[in-house]
Amino acid sequence: MAALAADGGGGVLNRKSRRAAISIAILLIIWEIYGSFGRLYGPEGATPPPIPPASDVFVTWYHLLFDADYWKSWYLSGLRVLSGFGLAVLLGIPLGLLMAISRPFYGIAFPPFEVFRPIPPLAWVPIAIIFWPTQELSITFVTFLGAFTTIVINVLGGARSIDARYFLAGRSMGATRWDLFRRLIVPGTIPSIAVGAEVGMGITWSVVVAAEMISGGGRSLSGTGGGLGYFVWNSYVGGQFPHIIVGMFSIGIAGYAASAAIRKLGEVLTPWLSTR
Amino acid sequence: MSAVLAARANRAHAGSARGALRIDNAVKRYAARDGAVLAVDHCSLDIAAGEICMVVGPSGCGKTTLLNAIAGFHSLDGGTIHLDGELLCGPTRPLADPNSDRVVVFQNGALFPWKTVLDNVIFGPVMQGKLRRRDAIEKARHRLDEAGLGGTEGAFPGELSSGVRRRVEIVRALMNDPSVLLLDEPYRALDSLTKSVMHEALLEIYYKNKVTIFFITHDLEEAIFLGHRVVVMTTRPCKLKKILEVDIPHPRNYAVLTSPRFRALMEEALEAVQAEARKAFDAGEREGA
Repeated sequence: MAALAADGGGGVLNRKSRRAAISIAILLIIWEIYGSFGRLYGPEGATPPPIPPASDVFVTWYHLLFDADYWKSWYLSGLRVLSGFGLAVLLGIPLGLLMAISRPFYGIAFPPFEVFRPIPPLAWVPIAIIFWPTQELSITFVTFLGAFTTIVINVLGGARSIDARYFLAGRSMGATRWDLFRRLIVPGTIPSIAVGAEVGMGITWSVVVAAEMISGGGRSLSGTGGGLGYFVWNSYVGGQFPHIIVGMFSIGIAGYAASAAIRKLGEVLTPWLSTR
Repeated sequence: MSAVLAARANRAHAGSARGALRIDNAVKRYAARDGAVLAVDHCSLDIAAGEICMVVGPSGCGKTTLLNAIAGFHSLDGGTIHLDGELLCGPTRPLADPNSDRVVVFQNGALFPWKTVLDNVIFGPVMQGKLRRRDAIEKARHRLDEAGLGGTEGAFPGELSSGVRRRVEIVRALMNDPSVLLLDEPYRALDSLTKSVMHEALLEIYYKNKVTIFFITHDLEEAIFLGHRVVVMTTRPCKLKKILEVDIPHPRNYAVLTSPRFRALMEEALEAVQAEARKAFDAGEREGA
């Protein structure tokens, strides 16, 4: 049975990766042709198409790999994501758990939370800039908001959906309220925390990029030093079209890597889910 | 009468120092849309220490309400329940304290999915600080081996079949050294073949740890095969309809299923249950109409 699955799985995997490679290759070719079109066939002096060909982008990217400022953009965005996300985890998990276990606290905390939750994080950007003394804090704050609501909602929902039988079983084995919280609610909520964190991480990246674009990514820093979002925006303002696309891909890679890392961490923390 | 005496002797043979349950005139009402519904109506039952008491009755008749009152999950509106002469619940305190001297095993199983079998089994004693982790693990391994569950220690419940899970759960309950084991249709979801294996396994565990067992079921064969007595309940409100003394000596194995005595008891039980099931069904029809 296992051997069969492995054989079949290998074949499917090969077929899958072959298809993926083909479709991406076709995409790159179309892009390359489209990007080069004006240059190759357009009349002398005509405006080239706004999208640079794939080759230009990858050459630019290659050069940027040796550019400290490019990596500094990675670093700055990463730092903002990490601090905003970290803060969201640190505050969101206890808040969600507290709302789940205490009816009075839920009654007090949930309504205001629900009032603020539908406001998109980016709508907070102006007020964040006004409120916080530094750009850095404003961006971190908005980033924090992006992950915070998602994590709280997931923790709350997860803690509440733990099967009541577990609590009865725990009580019949002599568990106190504290035991129930520590030994049942917390571990029972971990899968939801992991899901919330993964989704929150995705939101965090889109928020940080937009916040950097809007706020200027920290004006004290010059040129490309203002985070990946600022990198993209600045390249646009400066007319460096290949850089725009490099920045976009970089953000995609960073966001994917961050989410994958969180997912991996979630799997490590929930070994019982991967055995099914 | 002699049959009753023989059965009493049989029960006394069960021989356990603790776990005598005494339910006296238990009453439970639930609030419903059209006033209070009487779920348990002056129910009295005396269960000897070490007895396997099987409770049979139509669905929704209030058997589980009774079990919940013993476990301390629900309060009583009248009557008393004593365990070994000590008051669990009564007029002065309607809700019993849930405690590890009365451990419940549930219908759909309640092993903690995030804990391995071993961690599930040591949960009670370690949490209560009765045993150090190391000692609990040793005891747990011994108990699991005894129940034929050696080798499952490291598995998560999700990796095991439902039959094995149910056995683990009973071992987990027994790790608390309870006086009473409260089983709420623990084998309901199992197929009949697995069930028969479960029954023999339960008896085997029981012969090694003589605890009082309060076992709710719908399955008459299960009830007669396992029980010292079978208590047939009426349809709602829950009252005692009939107590069947199962005078087939323990230890039992599956051979008794075909014995004439077993068939006779089956018939007797069936008659009592059938009438109640019919009433419950008709009542349901009326409610549905």
